[in-house]
Amino acid sequence: MSALLEARGLVRRYRMRRGLFGAPVALRAVDGVSLALAPGRTLGLVGESGCGKSTTGRLVLGLEAPDDGAVLVEGRPMPPPASAEWRRLRARMQMVFQDPLGALDRRLTIGAQVAEPLVIHGLDPARMPALLAGVGLRPDQAARYPHELSGGQRQRAVIARALATDPSLLVCDEPISALDVSIQAQVMNLLQDVQERLGLAMLFISHDLRAVRQVSHRVAVMYLGRIVEEGEPDAVFATPAHPYTRALVSAIPRRGRAGARIVLKGDPPNPAARPTGCAFHPRCAHAVARCSAEAPVLAPRAMDGRIVACHLAEAPLAEAA
Amino acid sequence: MSLVAIRDLTVGFDGQAALRGISLDVAPGEALGLVGESGCGKSVTWLAALGLLPAKAMVTGSVRLAGEELLGAAPATLERVRGGRVAMIFQDPSSSLNPVLRVGAQITEALALHQGLHGAAARAEARRLLDQVGIPDAARRLDAYPHEFSGGQSQRVMIAMALAGRPDLLVADEPTTALDVTIQAQILELLAALRRETEMALVLISHDLGVVAETCDRVAVMYAGRIVEEAPVEALFERPAHPYSWGLLGALPELEGPRRRLAAIPGGVPEPWAMPPGCAFAPRCPRRDAGCDFAPPAPRSVGPAHRAACLHPARAEACLA
Amino acid sequence: MLRFFTIRLLRAAVTLTMVVTFAFLVLIASGDPADIIMGSDAPPEAIEAFRQAWGLDRPIWVQYLSYFSAILSGDLGRSMRDGRDAIVLVAERIPATLALTLPALALKLALGIPAGIYAALHRNSMADRAVMVLAVAGFTIPSFVLGLLLVLVFAVQLGWLPSGGQESWRHAILPVITLGIGGAAVLARFTRSAMLEVLGQPYIRTASAKGVAWRAVVSHHALPNAAIPTVTIIGFMVGSLLAGAVVVESVFSWPGVGRLLVTAVANRDLAVVQCILLLVAATMITANLVVDLLYGLLDPRLRSGKEG
Repeated sequence: MSALLEARGLVRRYRMRRGLFGAPVALRAVDGVSLALAPGRTLGLVGESGCGKSTTGRLVLGLEAPDDGAVLVEGRPMPPPASAEWRRLRARMQMVFQDPLGALDRRLTIGAQVAEPLVIHGLDPARMPALLAGVGLRPDQAARYPHELSGGQRQRAVIARALATDPSLLVCDEPISALDVSIQAQVMNLLQDVQERLGLAMLFISHDLRAVRQVSHRVAVMYLGRIVEEGEPDAVFATPAHPYTRALVSAIPRRGRAGARIVLKGDPPNPAARPTGCAFHPRCAHAVARCSAEAPVLAPRAMDGRIVACHLAEAPLAEAA
Repeated sequence: MSLVAIRDLTVGFDGQAALRGISLDVAPGEALGLVGESGCGKSVTWLAALGLLPAKAMVTGSVRLAGEELLGAAPATLERVRGGRVAMIFQDPSSSLNPVLRVGAQITEALALHQGLHGAAARAEARRLLDQVGIPDAARRLDAYPHEFSGGQSQRVMIAMALAGRPDLLVADEPTTALDVTIQAQILELLAALRRETEMALVLISHDLGVVAETCDRVAVMYAGRIVEEAPVEALFERPAHPYSWGLLGALPELEGPRRRLAAIPGGVPEPWAMPPGCAFAPRCPRRDAGCDFAPPAPRSVGPAHRAACLHPARAEACLA
Repeated sequence: MLRFFTIRLLRAAVTLTMVVTFAFLVLIASGDPADIIMGSDAPPEAIEAFRQAWGLDRPIWVQYLSYFSAILSGDLGRSMRDGRDAIVLVAERIPATLALTLPALALKLALGIPAGIYAALHRNSMADRAVMVLAVAGFTIPSFVLGLLLVLVFAVQLGWLPSGGQESWRHAILPVITLGIGGAAVLARFTRSAMLEVLGQPYIRTASAKGVAWRAVVSHHALPNAAIPTVTIIGFMVGSLLAGAVVVESVFSWPGVGRLLVTAVANRDLAVVQCILLLVAATMITANLVVDLLYGLLDPRLRSGKEG
């Protein structure tokens, strides 16, 4: 496969301390994630808070070094962070965050911030107006400061800046979560237009299933540091194979849904106290003895090739979503 | 008779209008959804109604609870209403609970104020309430502090506290926005169950159309400090009349069926200091004509119990699911 | 818990060692005690004898090591000036210092906290602005300036109060006010901002929304939370009870620990200086430890190791 970027078995551990007298606890934020990004395509990474999707995004960009596993860019290993080679590579891999105000420098005009990467990487600063136009900002908005723009306009500016170095990959971490519904649609449309025009690959990280389905060519569902299901978005959301995906899809509020959904018991699990076997088994309605003893492997199932990590994947689950 | 009747409610902060004349009725036992994007005034409406805005807010109009005027009422009257006849829960449950007080103490405080319960009786009732909202091991959890509860559990505690005054109306301000989608589903199911058990009315303030669609009987859509459309939930989702309402619906990605390009509403919400003289939505509206800029349109009937503040409402064309 | 105290004890030991070393180096490097105590016109034999008696003729590192090992065995040394035990000299002065600093601490708390709370509750009112102007003035004016001003007005001009000495309680009034004003100003500002921060929290709105009267919201919900950051600054004030009055004691000729320190430094009376510094450092460290424990008491989030 001609992957632009490939991640193999990424593991990232953190140590955290609880309370004044607590001893540090190790937790695995990302626990063996493998994924591949094809040129010009979007992979949606979906899951709830604490599932490790944002950490995965940072690992993929080399912003954090994995404790285990490797990231390959066009078949070659990711150079060590902060090396000259890494910086060169980073120009081709950009990130868009949830909070555009935090990502922008309050003291610089939008124009200056979009021109900055052009200067740093020895490109033509005169391309700045074209970049702004490319994300739907008016030329006069180049002279504005971040606080003078609306949230949606700021996120456009962040995207323009990310595009300045002609990246081949954009990692978008919850890029629309802080925006209003009508503005979310604008930004999703923009990301799709940009991708079509420039042919870049995207890793679209979001908790919003609707948004992920809208922009992604493939989707991976994460639970507690691992990918539990991966496939075409339409198929995954229409006929989810993993019980967690089913619960996730069923949880989305919509008309006539009340009382007819799979409601998961309990809270999202704590990464510092990962259940044995399949991490989802304590909340899973279908769990059998094997689920608590043995961790399922992410693999294509026989019937349709859907990639899923569930001991019961081969037998279709009986019950309407 | 209406339980709550709001008439011509306006709110201004530092000379800028946040609410520009709201009239709204809540019938006993009904579930009313209040939808709109950030800054449209949906939360301010209810904070103003209960006198919870900071002193610098200029509030005019009338808010009657079962005939009794609340605006400008004596502190003792308001304190009896708040948490008694009208309870309110908020967006961020974890920071809405006092971090240094035990959860039991926070619930019994409300019981003392509104039921005159103290000591062991209050504690027993608090335990029953925690049980009712689905906190396992309620008796022991009364002595826990808020940080020992997850976000979803904290919202359950907030709901228990709201139920302590046996309210006729629960105002839930974005109650699930800060929660993961599977936990959001739990809370929505809980609210639905409580309404079946207690017959209390619910005002659900949300930016999420899906949340409102599945929970409410009736919806009011707000834009820039005004109600632009009010309708039974089926009518709003099947026959939205105001262009802003169908813009909101069109901006929401589908979860099933073919993927289409999102119909994003162009532009952004006008700033309070640059409000158009006519319809506030006119600058973004595909149906705008000269008449729209003349004066804000008054609400008019477009169907049974269905009103829209638009000179050119869409009729009957089922535009979106 | 055990781990917490072990770490704190080790850290305290390191701090105390650094204090001792620093004071030793500064004092030895800045002048020969023999010259200063004996006087420069003393015969060279007498100075030499003094040096031998106090071990000043040995290499510096030997002096340091022997001094350090003496401290470890609990011997804080004797004053070079009158040969008495340093610890006794210092202990004699402690009551006088506390006679100033304890009432001053009470004044700081009694003035600063209510003023800060009032200012926060009436934000942007005239009273708030007045409190803040006074607070800025109170902590920007150095205590020796304030002390001299007070002496000028109340002792020299009006003649109401004595300008120095320790004969009666009336002698303590001006120094206590001088000490208290600055601390009260710091505390007022700190309390105000802590209170404003808390009043903006969602749980305050929750309390109002469940029908709690505003007075009870403030006393029951806001104050306990605002107390948490304020405790730090109060802890610092308690920690400086012994050493916080050096300047004021000098201005008002008050025979406390502070003035002893000034004299001892001037005389290069190493043992006395070290003894005071150790005492001060130890009170600071203890106060900090108490603050941390108080945090745990006031803030349940720090108390438990659990998280939901």
